[in-house]
Formats: sequence, structure tokens, C-alpha cells
Amino acid sequence: MVMGLIDLKNVTYTYPLADEPSIKDFTYSFEQGKFYAILGANESGKTTLCNIIRGFIPDFFQGELTGEVLFNQEPLSHYTLSELAPYMGYVFQNPFNQITGARDNVFEEIAYGLENLGVAKGDIEKQVKDIMEMTNIMSLADKNPFELSGGQQQRVAFASILALSPDIFIIDEPTSQLDPQESERIFDIIHQLKNAGKTIILVEHKIELISEYADEVLVLEEGRLICSGKKHDVLSDISLKERQIDLPETTLLADALRKAGYNIPEKLITKEEMKAALMAHIKGVSQ
Amino acid sequence: MSLIEFNDVSFSYPNGFLAVDQVSFTIESGENVAIVGQNGAGKTTTVKMINGLIKPTSGKVYVNGKDTADYTTATLSREAGYVFQNPDDQIFHNTVRKEIEYGPRMLGFDEEKVQDLTQQAAHLARVEDYLEENPYNLPLSVRKFVTIASVLAMDTEILIFDEPTAGQDVAGLETLQHLLQQLQAMGKTAITITHDMDFVKTNFKKIFVMANKKLLRQVSPKALFQDRQLLEQAMLTQPFIMQLAEEIGLEDDILTIEDFVHAFSKNY
Repeated sequence: MVMGLIDLKNVTYTYPLADEPSIKDFTYSFEQGKFYAILGANESGKTTLCNIIRGFIPDFFQGELTGEVLFNQEPLSHYTLSELAPYMGYVFQNPFNQITGARDNVFEEIAYGLENLGVAKGDIEKQVKDIMEMTNIMSLADKNPFELSGGQQQRVAFASILALSPDIFIIDEPTSQLDPQESERIFDIIHQLKNAGKTIILVEHKIELISEYADEVLVLEEGRLICSGKKHDVLSDISLKERQIDLPETTLLADALRKAGYNIPEKLITKEEMKAALMAHIKGVSQ
Repeated sequence: MSLIEFNDVSFSYPNGFLAVDQVSFTIESGENVAIVGQNGAGKTTTVKMINGLIKPTSGKVYVNGKDTADYTTATLSREAGYVFQNPDDQIFHNTVRKEIEYGPRMLGFDEEKVQDLTQQAAHLARVEDYLEENPYNLPLSVRKFVTIASVLAMDTEILIFDEPTAGQDVAGLETLQHLLQQLQAMGKTAITITHDMDFVKTNFKKIFVMANKKLLRQVSPKALFQDRQLLEQAMLTQPFIMQLAEEIGLEDDILTIEDFVHAFSKNY
């Protein structure tokens, strides 16, 4: 097995008092600089997996964790949660869990983490401004974080982690309350992070954006990894539809067109790929 | 008179921030309406004026003939139930059952009716299996359905759902779709705020498009997704299948995969 940045080997985890494990015999190697998307129905173990990788499990949630979790080939348990903080940024699903409440405006909220990391005052101001522009929240600078709409809070929560510039981003449904434009913007930022060599582990339902931007896709079902690998291999697998996994429209359309008798190439997942295939067909017909 | 009527309604926060600007519309009893538009367009503020959580700073809102300015939120909440965007703004009991029972009990229904409404609401929102659980042990997406059930149990004529599609998986979206169909069959009036254009195109005939604090238009899904200018103004995007159809030169009214295959096989 190739050693990655984060390696999980036969990891099983049961929450305290739970009858059944939430993660079952999970093995995967996450490599530096790749963008991983985690799919699965709600309650399939996606957030639990994120918590294991970040070390919140078992430090914060307790319960029973077996198997190995390695960070840079060293057991994750050798690090304290705060030692991991500069390396791993975690964007919570619910922005209310993220926002500290320790500061009364958005600008200071985003600066808060940097202050805690001991960044010089002059640098903080510039970094925070850059991040706020990137996430399109400059106009919220003076507002109280708790008076914002859900979508605005979600962007502030994301910005406060971006400001810390960790190597690994673990991001749990960052766009659930955002409109399509803002969702695109978040994916665009994630894409930029990837290009800057960051490792991304993302839980997200927006399958079209995943098909465009992710490198690898992992599918969980009732705590088990049922399918994983390069996005073109995983997301073109029509059998996942029966398992209640949302697939790209291109995959569904390819299936419908094949059933209607068309010869559609394998492993198409994005709109551009489907468009090229259909244009080739049209060209063939008209010649 | 219409069930809901907004006459030239504006709302400004005490600090002067204008959130809704001169909005007028009517909604008839039994209608199923979606409200779309970017974050900050004024959608949530508009619907909060329907159940009196906030009152217009100018203009009039009538609900079931009542001028909302003359009634308390408690009275208006008997007409219109509002499911908050964030379930955690709403949940405060330690079991799902107590959470759902609270509303009908506060409305003074007798115990039998409280139990009936609770059962029916839990069934519609598909949270029957969680009745004895603590809501905070449930995932966010399920907590959302708990809050939906607790509002359904109040048996109001009008139901308002604020971004129920956010964070839902395939099964959750199916539950919502089924719920909206059931409400229609029961003659209820439903208003749903959502960013999910695929959900909009399959579940609504009437869409309110909001942008920049104003109501731009009331349209059908086809009319909305064919109107480039309107989409641009509201910062919305066409559904994937429609974009693809246009890009390869098929008709511009294709909303579903079936439409697409049909049109494609007719031409090629």
C-alpha cells in the first residue's frame, strides 16, 4: 500500500452507547494535493469519517475506535487537537458550530484564528481582507456574525478556516445553504486551494460540481466504503443510482440514451464530455 | 379575497437596512409556490411577514383577510406555519415526539387531536422511527424533517418551508417531493424557498423570482428557464439538461432527461 498523507487502515468506530459502528472496516490512503469528495446518503458515516481524520474522534466524541489512523505515517493519536490545528482546517456542516461568538463583528471573527496562531497584527489585517474578498463577504465586515443569514454565516465560517491556511481542508457540506452562484464560488476557491497544493476532503451533495472539480470520489453506505477511485470510474457507475446515490445528469442521460439505442462512450460524467460525444454523433449522422 | 395578499410591502430593519422593497403579490388557497433568488434577495424576510414574525414597515399584508399589522404573531401562526431555515433555531425539546406535540398542544387542541396530528405529521415528514430520540442526536438533515413535522402538526392552512432542500440526500428530496404532493392533495397552501433548480423544475408550476429585495416575476418553470434576462437578473442558472439541449441545438424547452432523449431521437 502506498503511504499517503493520511492513511486509514481497517478503521471501525462506534459512538458511545450506539449499537452499531458508524464506520466499518474503512481503509483508504489520502494523498497530498488531491481533492477527495465523499458521497453517501445522510447517516452513511460521512461526517463521522471527517471527525476521525481531524482527530475529534476519539478525542472529543470518545466511543470505540479500532484500526489505524496515520498522519504523515505517524499515529494521529500522537498529536493533540491543537497541534493538528495548523495542519488541518475543518469547516463544519452547521456554521453555527464554527462561529466562535468571541468577537462581535465578521472581520474580527475571521481574524480570531490568526490571532490565536500568533500572526503579527499588520499581517492579519491584510490576510483577512484578502480572504473576505475571495469569499465575497467584504460587505459584511462590520456585522455581528450571529445576525447573518444562513448562507452568509456559511461563507464566514469557510473564510475563517481559509484564513488559517492549513495544508489539509476537511469541509463538510460548505454550500448547503448557498445559492448556485455562491456554491460555484466556493468550489472555485476549493479548486484554487487544490492548485496551491492543498489536500481537500469534501462532503457535498452537489454532484455536478464534484464531477467537475474532484480527483477521487469515495462512496459510503451504512458506514462502509462501497466504491472509491477516480471520479470518472465512480461517477459513471449507473448501479449506484439504485443505492440512492446522486449521480451526474450526464451519467443518467448516458444511461437513458443507451437504453434508447444510442452508442454513447463509457465514463462520461461532465456536461462538456457529454456535449462532445453528442456533437460527434450528430456529425456522424449528418455526413 | 386571496388567501395571502401583499400590497406594496416594504420592510426595513431598525438600523435602516432595507430588506424587502415594494413587493406585491397574491397567493390563492391551495397553491404550491416556490420562491427563488440569490442569498440576500429578500426571500426569508418576505415569508416571515406572512406569519407575522415581522410586520411590514410600509404597505399591507393580508392573510386570510386579516391585516397582519392588527394581529399578534401568536394569532397569525394559527394561519401560517413557518419552518425555519436552520432547524436549531426551532428545536427545544428532548424528544422528537415532544417537539412535534408542542405546537398542537399550545394551540389548545384536545389530547386525542394532538396525538392524531403528531402521528400524521411524523408520518408525512417520515420521522416516525425517531419519535423517542433526542433531536440533537439526529443528523442536521433529519432535524430539518423534525422541524417540518412540528410545524405540520399545527394543522395550519399555510405552510412555509425555508430552504428545506439544503443538505438533503436523494431520499430526503423524495420525502420533500412526496410531502408537497400530499399537502396539495389536502388542499393546503405551500410556499417553499429553495436554491435547488432541479427540485424547482419538477415540483412547482408557479415560481416567484426575487432579486435585490424585489419580486421580479411570477412564472412557470419553462418560462423562467427560457428567459435568459430574468435568469441573469436573479443570478440563477438553467438546469443542466436544458443547457446541454441548447448547446447542441435542440429545442429550448427541455426540462427532463425523457424530454431530452425524445427530442434527440426525433432529430438524430
